[in-house]
Amino acid sequence: MKVSGQALNVQVNVNVRKRKKRVKSYAGLTGTYAFLILYLLVIAYPLFWMVMSSFKDTDGIFNHSWSLPTKWLVENYVTAWNTGISSYFLNSVIVTFLSCLITVAVSAFGAYALSRFEFKFKTIILVFCMGGLMLSPQVSLIPLYKLIQSMGLFNTYWALILPYVAYRIPFTVLLIRSHFLSIPKELEEAAYLDGCSTFGIFWRIFVPLSKPILLTSTILTAYYTWNEFMFAIIFIDDDKLRTIPAGLMQFRDALQTEWGVLLAGLTISAAPIILLFLCMQKYFIRGLANGGLKG
Amino acid sequence: MSKNRKLLPYLYLFPAILFLILFVYIPIIQNIGFSFYDWNAFSPEKIFVGLENYLQLFRDPIFYEALKNNIWYAVISIIFQVFGALVIAAILEDKLVRRFSPVFRTVYFLPVIISMTVIALLFTFFYNPDVGLLNQLLRAIGLDHLAMAWLGDSKTAMFAVIAVSQWQSIGYIAMLYIVSIQKIPNELYEAAEIDGANKIKMFFHVTVPQTKEMSFVAVIITLTGAFTVFNEPYILTGGGPGNASEVLSTYLYKTAFSKDMMGYASTIATVILAITLVVSLIQMKLFKTGKEG
Repeated sequence: MKVSGQALNVQVNVNVRKRKKRVKSYAGLTGTYAFLILYLLVIAYPLFWMVMSSFKDTDGIFNHSWSLPTKWLVENYVTAWNTGISSYFLNSVIVTFLSCLITVAVSAFGAYALSRFEFKFKTIILVFCMGGLMLSPQVSLIPLYKLIQSMGLFNTYWALILPYVAYRIPFTVLLIRSHFLSIPKELEEAAYLDGCSTFGIFWRIFVPLSKPILLTSTILTAYYTWNEFMFAIIFIDDDKLRTIPAGLMQFRDALQTEWGVLLAGLTISAAPIILLFLCMQKYFIRGLANGGLKG
Repeated sequence: MSKNRKLLPYLYLFPAILFLILFVYIPIIQNIGFSFYDWNAFSPEKIFVGLENYLQLFRDPIFYEALKNNIWYAVISIIFQVFGALVIAAILEDKLVRRFSPVFRTVYFLPVIISMTVIALLFTFFYNPDVGLLNQLLRAIGLDHLAMAWLGDSKTAMFAVIAVSQWQSIGYIAMLYIVSIQKIPNELYEAAEIDGANKIKMFFHVTVPQTKEMSFVAVIITLTGAFTVFNEPYILTGGGPGNASEVLSTYLYKTAFSKDMMGYASTIATVILAITLVVSLIQMKLFKTGKEG
């Protein structure tokens, strides 16, 4: 009796506590959602504003900053495209495509050696590779500038592609290697007994089994090259060869007062990578979980 | 055959190693060498000056101004990007919110995807003293006295620049934390709930300790980012007004490509190298396996 009385007491206490908790948690939940939505607006509104204002004329942006465009000026996009964005865009596509191709190919080969062979300097090379992760491009800027000039690459696409590839290799090698290590050895041994060469094994077994990770590597490399700014403003001087991030600076100076056109240019520049992200979110996040987007 | 197989891995590794040596390692070492000389891009002559560049740098008030700004960057970024992002991630992974969290998560992450050039040029519109949205907003809610030339005033320029970085990057670290929180066993939260812990207690007693490793990675990413930042100050203020928002990288850039003092610029680069190496070595020391980094 005594025991059950105590149990009842506890039960009542729990009920009271639960009810109190429920009231409190409703207030808490409302507050939490208010915070999340406010923060959502802080992030989304500037981007929304960019797109809306890209359809306005300068007067509309100045005097009616917060309202929707009264007249949708699609020609802002045409003007932006013809004032240089088209050539920056094309340059970015070329540089991004070649950088991705070379980075992923070179890294996959390296990762293959580092995951499937035993050799003398393996650990040293692995450390050498990881060390590359710690070095930031700023530090080698001046020697790189000299190197690129002495190789006759200054003002060519290669002035960007080669350093981009080099700085993406450490991360990409490690990412692909960690996946290669998970591929069972038996597959490889069977192929080997069938007389497959090491390259055959790489091409027919490792590459097909690693498509998702290769895609992730490509996307992260594309993200990096599409947005890279510092090398892009220093290693290319010729406006005809500039990629989007560097070209936009030129574009801004050329369009002092045409704000709508400038914003249309910004929107065009951001669109491809946003679309890529929205379509390939899963692969982005996979690479991201490995810490590979920045640095 | 066996001899072949010994050489094969080197063949596969050759292109990667060549890239790393030529474009990453040799330049780093060369840069240290360059810092002992006085030279510029157009004359082939280099004059050996020993440690003179370093002595000059350590007496250079702009260097200290830049370093101070980098430290501000680091402190503010750790507060917002590490702690702030952890709070946001914890909220988004809470079971009461989880239903809508994919929407929030995706939107919060969007700025990370967009290039800093686009973001910085966009924010010059918001910071515009006369017609910028920020001042309009302040005037609308009666805080006229707070409206100012955010990027043009030496008191606010650096913080206005730092704010843009926070705006862009919180979503990135939050996403890292989300991945890490998803790995926490649910039983830990259930046990805490039975013990009568509220959400805040659960956050500090379960989430924070369980995501310790990720916090560590986040701190390193943020610190390295803060000491190498270039794009935001370069585009938003160019380091100005005066040197009010100068950071080490913009000072390096100006010294090299506007003043053409290549030796002195290499010295600044070496200091940046030293700072980032110290941060990385601390990481390796405290986090030996490096499995999450």
